[in-house]
Amino acid sequence: MDPKMQTRHLDFYYGENQVLKRVSLNMKERQITAMIGPSGCGKSTLLRVLNRMNEVIPDTRLQGEVLLDGNDIYASGVDVVEVRKRVGMVFQQPNPFPKTIYENIVFGPKMLGRRDKAYLNETVERSLRAAALWDEIKDDLSKSGLALSGGQQQRLCIARALAIEPEVILMDEPCSALDPVSTLKIEELMQELKKQYTIVIVTHNMQQAARVSDWAGFLLMGELVEYAETNEIFSRPQDKRTEDYITGRFG
Amino acid sequence: MPSHVVVDRTAKHVVLICASASFVILGAIFIFTMREGAPALQEIGLYNFLLGTEWRPGQEMFGILPMTVGSILVTLGSMVLAIPIGLACAILLAEVASFRVRRLLRPAVELLVGIPSVVYGLVGMLLIVPAVREIGGSGFSILAASLVLTAMVLPTIISISEDSLRAVPKGYKEAALAMGATQWQMIWHVQVPAARSGIMAGIVLGMGRAIGETMAMIMVIGNSPIIPTSPLSQGRTLTGNIAVEIMYASGIHRSALFSTGVILFLIILVLNTVATFALRRGLKAHHVA
Repeated sequence: MDPKMQTRHLDFYYGENQVLKRVSLNMKERQITAMIGPSGCGKSTLLRVLNRMNEVIPDTRLQGEVLLDGNDIYASGVDVVEVRKRVGMVFQQPNPFPKTIYENIVFGPKMLGRRDKAYLNETVERSLRAAALWDEIKDDLSKSGLALSGGQQQRLCIARALAIEPEVILMDEPCSALDPVSTLKIEELMQELKKQYTIVIVTHNMQQAARVSDWAGFLLMGELVEYAETNEIFSRPQDKRTEDYITGRFG
Repeated sequence: MPSHVVVDRTAKHVVLICASASFVILGAIFIFTMREGAPALQEIGLYNFLLGTEWRPGQEMFGILPMTVGSILVTLGSMVLAIPIGLACAILLAEVASFRVRRLLRPAVELLVGIPSVVYGLVGMLLIVPAVREIGGSGFSILAASLVLTAMVLPTIISISEDSLRAVPKGYKEAALAMGATQWQMIWHVQVPAARSGIMAGIVLGMGRAIGETMAMIMVIGNSPIIPTSPLSQGRTLTGNIAVEIMYASGIHRSALFSTGVILFLIILVLNTVATFALRRGLKAHHVA
């Protein structure tokens, strides 16, 4: 099976500073790919390159290819809105809008031009169910999204990302601001979501990567040191640097 | 007592006294204006004073309704223009403009605040009054006054709105963009609503400045104490009423001018309270986030 997303010889620069060096990576469909590595290794940058969120930052430069179903998302004529509609994102800090839960979820569909009330209502229920939040908050849809607990806020953000029916979900350390119970819920949720979506997660938590992912890549100073099936990389790392990192000798 | 403790306490008291000074001054202004204005209010009656349509000091007629209407009209007139223009400028400065453009524009906006209002009045007489005269009337008019006021309140609205747009957490903006919103959708549907209370505060403070403006208004509005019937007719503001007549007024006339001041004071007090509440609510909203 062809990979859902691919990077080929990807170089990325902030000004003069090269943060990704010839990264080539395949992300398989309906699998969870985890990127691990020490702070500043470029793993968040890599994630943001996958839905062109890096373009928000001025003075950056990219070389190489990023393919979604075999098509380069940076090719000229590709609509960034279309890319982000297909590749959703969940951030490190839960960031629901200061609007009602309902408004949070219909935001994306509305921006993409959906106004049909029945469709929006159905989207809210479908997304909240998919994010395992429906039963907890179905009676509070008109409450502010900010009134929820941190873990619920993060699941609301996942539901909000699901509302535009993406194909890939990028997660940038989605549990780093959460308590262990909420973290566990999100990890369980990821196992459910991968039945339908391709997931790429960045985490500094190696246990988490080992628990949730099917494939794992180790990034060090912008270089993809090693990329393999998760149990492979954790039980028989091929590179000395990978081994040092996962056994906790640095990072 | 150790010396640093003495210094500490003295400093605390000095700061406290300085801080309460503004409060005392505020109270003093209100009490003395009120005291001077009270005889007129007793003589004329609150109803006739506020709702009387004739201001003829020579005939002992002291109705300030024309001036109240004048002040409200020029304020609203300026807001109709200044709110959209100011918001657009604030968005430009906060989100769209490059660093270099902003570095040029922002000080320019701040400089506009510092220009004395009599200079705005001069420019108004030189450019705006003749331009309005082309449309009809003498040119000295509610319309001319509104246009001059627009220029004067814009900087207030722009700088406070820009600050509150900038204070919107980055996470909101990123979330919107990541869901496929365009930059304009993000600004209009996320950033502006999140900054709403700050923008409101800027608008209300701008209104306060507009209501209080005196010199520039005297120079372009014509100063006839009549209820304006069109944007081209002359009018007079509450502030202008006081400034134009106070130097030669005496007795009940003088007292009526102080009462006009009391009304102005109350209007500004209400506007500022609204602005303070709006700002505080805005801060709280960001705090939760």
